[in-house]
Amino acid sequence: MNLSTIKQNGKMVISVKEPRVDAHNSAELKDRILKILEGGERNLVVDLEEVEFIDSSGLGALLSGYKNANLRSSGFALSGLRPRVRSMFELTRLHRVFDIYPKLQEATSS
Amino acid sequence: MSEVMMNVDIVVPNQTRYLRLVGNIAEQVAREVDVTDRDRETLAYHLNLVLTEAMANAIEYSRPDGDGETVKVCLSIENCDLWIRVFDNGQGFDLNAVPTPDFDNLTERGRGIFFIRSLMDSVEYRRTDAGNVLEMRKHLH
Repeated sequence: MNLSTIKQNGKMVISVKEPRVDAHNSAELKDRILKILEGGERNLVVDLEEVEFIDSSGLGALLSGYKNANLRSSGFALSGLRPRVRSMFELTRLHRVFDIYPKLQEATSS
Repeated sequence: MSEVMMNVDIVVPNQTRYLRLVGNIAEQVAREVDVTDRDRETLAYHLNLVLTEAMANAIEYSRPDGDGETVKVCLSIENCDLWIRVFDNGQGFDLNAVPTPDFDNLTERGRGIFFIRSLMDSVEYRRTDAGNVLEMRKHLH
């Protein structure tokens, strides 16, 4: 999975550089987020601006990140959700769980 | 007997790397359907999602020694209905035993069948002599 990471305003931004997050690559997304947390990083922002499609396993990978971040008292936010990707969060009520920002800049300056 | 207006059969190895290909074919089928443009793009996304979930399920439930096995997917438009059938040769599962997700319980799994049930008009899973089939119908008009 193609991800980029950069530190911005004290937050670790993980940008998903894939048009699809599905059962083929979601396990890797889950592992990469966990490794970043295990490496000691806190206050994660996962930017999904380039993601056009997400399935239930992709939502599961992000939920895993959220729970692992909570266990470590780390922030965990999402940004850049496209309308159809956001609609998947809404259908499963997960938009109530995650801290979601329209743009990455808003997530890093919050 | 209903009239078959379009029929697309796809056979791919039972590997997740083919989810994108099959999902994209479903989107293209949606673009051939007689609905408004706004509905068409939503339908395309939904068919991509439903087929991705169904195929990932078929791969997961295929035989553990299933190297070299395939997943067969059939998309068809019959009168005013779009049918998606996903075949597998695994041990199968009980669709009726799959619960609606508990939205307060943040489990990482268990939303795939919920997506399919939410976005399609009917869903059935049947065991046949030729294998199992997950059959999903969407009314188009």
